[in-house]
Amino acid sequence: MAKKRIVTAEVNGKTEEFLCQPRQTLSEVLRDVLNLTGTKEGCNNGNCGACTVIMDGMPVNSCLVLAVEADGSKIETIEGLAEGETLHPIQTSFLENAGLQCGICTPGLIMSVKTLLDSNPDPSEEEIRFYLAGNLCRCTGYDKVVRAVQDAASKCQSGS
Amino acid sequence: MKDFEYEQPQSLAEAVQLVQEHQGAARLLAGGTDLIDQVRMGRYQPDYVIDIKKIPELNVLEHSSEGLRIGAAVPCYKIYGDKEIVKQYSALTDSCTIIGGTQIQSRASVGGNLCNSGPAGDSIPSLIALDATCVIAGSQGERTVPVADFCTGPGKNVLKPGELLVELRFPARPAHSSSHFRRFIPRNEMDIAVVSVGASVVLDDKGETIVSARIALGAVGPKVINAVEAADALAGQPVNEDSIQKAAEIAISLATPITDMRGTKEYRLHLTGVLTKRVLLKAIERAKA
Repeated sequence: MAKKRIVTAEVNGKTEEFLCQPRQTLSEVLRDVLNLTGTKEGCNNGNCGACTVIMDGMPVNSCLVLAVEADGSKIETIEGLAEGETLHPIQTSFLENAGLQCGICTPGLIMSVKTLLDSNPDPSEEEIRFYLAGNLCRCTGYDKVVRAVQDAASKCQSGS
Repeated sequence: MKDFEYEQPQSLAEAVQLVQEHQGAARLLAGGTDLIDQVRMGRYQPDYVIDIKKIPELNVLEHSSEGLRIGAAVPCYKIYGDKEIVKQYSALTDSCTIIGGTQIQSRASVGGNLCNSGPAGDSIPSLIALDATCVIAGSQGERTVPVADFCTGPGKNVLKPGELLVELRFPARPAHSSSHFRRFIPRNEMDIAVVSVGASVVLDDKGETIVSARIALGAVGPKVINAVEAADALAGQPVNEDSIQKAAEIAISLATPITDMRGTKEYRLHLTGVLTKRVLLKAIERAKA
């Protein structure tokens, strides 16, 4: 068995040090070692986007990242979005627009939406759909997700 | 996932040494979007995974009057995030924006896409259309191989044990030229090409005559096909429907597709013609702009 590595990363603004085997993925370590179970495991092969987290500002499928690769990086997960009891505007928009049903895809979708709006604060419907192509949702049919993103964009822009 | 050791060389010399030392037992990791899944599924069972993305030479992204250099580990998003590359090497950025979804593009590299050597690899027709060359490092030093000669079959290429791809080099684009890449898939994104075509064209200064062209066909053979005869038939021809139609017909004659779950042989041949025409028209439109 390969020896365990010590990995240090900033997770949701906090420096975390953890042990992992080289073969463990970031999604496994987030869920099983750091107990951040908000990140979901869906297909585990990079198709569904349920495990999307933000790594050094970019959205990644955490099932396709080795945890050892995260050494020295900055990771953001769904747990880091709300401030205390106050939801992030993207979360509020998903709730108000019924942008979720079963909720499995939601943490990944919201993290993707965050990077979308960080880089493109006022995306068109087409840009939203294209950007979110790597986040599969089997409940909503996407229309409500798109409406939630449009609402989140206006909320983020107005600063509410 | 299978147990393996992880190495993260910081220099090219260190990487070449590790690759030599563990040849046959190691796989190289850049973006990992193919490799991690391949190891998980048991297609590869490496004892060592060598992470090459901290090596400076593999992260070069540089354009000048000499052309363009892209390190083998540069992720897709950095390529389409560069306005000059979008303008000059449009086919490549067309490819990079549709390799997987956004999350994949954050990590996946064009070098990795090429080294996987899939017949439907989305970057490969563009690399061939833009006449890219591979710089390969091994214990004997460096050698160069045109991308058109790099792949040898599905998942196979000219890399010898102990060698690694360092960078891709592209010649400078001539005036009045442009390129395009397009694939056919049943949805708009996140799928594997049924057929794909990459092409580049150089026009005369009036935009009336095609000076030269390059065309590459994806997913219609055991490797991406460099459709030299189709491209050469365009040289010296006027920019019109007739010239493009003839090139498309030759492209169809060069394609050797199989029937599989994504489409029949007949369907793929038909698509080869349709896409070759559309891609040439778009490249010409861009070259005139």
